[in-house]
Amino acid sequence: MQGSTEKRILLLIGTRKGAFTLSSTGLRQRWTLSGPLYLGHIVYHFVPDPRDQRTMLMATKTGHLGPTIFRSNDRGGNWTEIKTPPAFPKVANEADARAVESVFWLTPGHWSEPEVWYAGTSPAGLFRSEDGGDTWESVSGFNAHPNYVDWTKNGATPGGQLLHSILIDPSAHEQMYLSISVGGVFESSDQGKSWTPLNKGCAADFMPDPNVEYGHDPHCVVLHPLKPNRLYQQNHCGIYRLDLPSKDWVRIGLNMPEAVGDIGFPIVLHPRNPDCAWVFPMDGSTVWPRTSPEGKPSTYVTHDAGQSWKRQDKGLPAGNAYFTVKRQAMTADTSESVGLYFGTSQGEVWASFDEGESWGCLAQYLPEIYTLAIAEYA
Amino acid sequence: MRVLIPSPLQSYTCNQGQVEATGVKLYDLLCNLDSQYPGIKFRMIDEQDRIRQHIKLFVDGQQASDLNCVLKPASEVHIICALSGG
Repeated sequence: MQGSTEKRILLLIGTRKGAFTLSSTGLRQRWTLSGPLYLGHIVYHFVPDPRDQRTMLMATKTGHLGPTIFRSNDRGGNWTEIKTPPAFPKVANEADARAVESVFWLTPGHWSEPEVWYAGTSPAGLFRSEDGGDTWESVSGFNAHPNYVDWTKNGATPGGQLLHSILIDPSAHEQMYLSISVGGVFESSDQGKSWTPLNKGCAADFMPDPNVEYGHDPHCVVLHPLKPNRLYQQNHCGIYRLDLPSKDWVRIGLNMPEAVGDIGFPIVLHPRNPDCAWVFPMDGSTVWPRTSPEGKPSTYVTHDAGQSWKRQDKGLPAGNAYFTVKRQAMTADTSESVGLYFGTSQGEVWASFDEGESWGCLAQYLPEIYTLAIAEYA
Repeated sequence: MRVLIPSPLQSYTCNQGQVEATGVKLYDLLCNLDSQYPGIKFRMIDEQDRIRQHIKLFVDGQQASDLNCVLKPASEVHIICALSGG
């Protein structure tokens, strides 16, 4: 079965200037664009809650105003601002005073904790909500960790220092991961009370010592839900796989074509096959254009956990197309033939309904796309 | 006293461009505004009580550099959103 008319698929689109949705039945043949919602607001992350199948959170700010989060309890029908956005504790010493510039990342908690959410911010901060996102508390195990200053001392990327890729092991709610650009990947085995760097094997070519314990630049880290001891990472310095309990990342991007390289922002997993992943390479040479190599956009897929990669560009522009796809702007649905979606900095949404073998454009002329996420309702 | 609200914050004030609020100091006035319009203060002031970069607060025509600025009963507070570019 390739889909059904009963199933509803919502593609949540967050842009630099507001939010939109594309909706379809499970057949994925006709898509309807709705929006804008909160036109003019910078939407960093727009995330559905798969646990209750109705809640959505949207992390936003505007050019003038401080960060906040909006919440819907009815699949996006109605929205209200939450009560208390993530904020660092107030301190007397100005030198230690941190303030949230933006909420960059949202992750629903473990299935056993249906009201729990986590947020990652810029500057790097981890926050937890226990009331469905209405109020947030600083996770002191990370934000006040004795090594926090050291882990984050290498400063921000041009978009600010970003805490992202907050991952909860579905088989053990106390096992968590987070990533910082620039800072590295960190692991907690006690639900965030303590953290340790998890970067061995990852390159940090931009550092004086490329073999540092932390200070790396993970762009996107994902964990396979059916094999949670397997992590993939699209890093500033390559594509990696980690099979725990090993603590050594393996650079599977070295198997990419040399002319394309293994630099990019997003990495997306097949929902049922832990050996299958997609990336969207970008040009990381010279001054880092971060556009499609040679102006020829393509996804690359691996079906063998990164031992080999296959180019997938059918339907995408054959040239003169300088796409940038940000780390939250590529996602997959769970259909039998997995649907893939990516949004570009030019405001286009592209989709494939045959696991990347062919592509078509679903929407054009939107603002710069920051985030895509899939909500599927039976 | 009268507080002039810029358009980016009028979603909090039911689209009113001017409202009434009270306070001995500017910080008190913002707290009073927040009690009337929950959430509005954090959009202007961060968790360390610093005025956000693109927010300017004018008291009786003079830009306030911090939130300890003392207000008079008839003061007028003007909130400005300062931003350029696309």
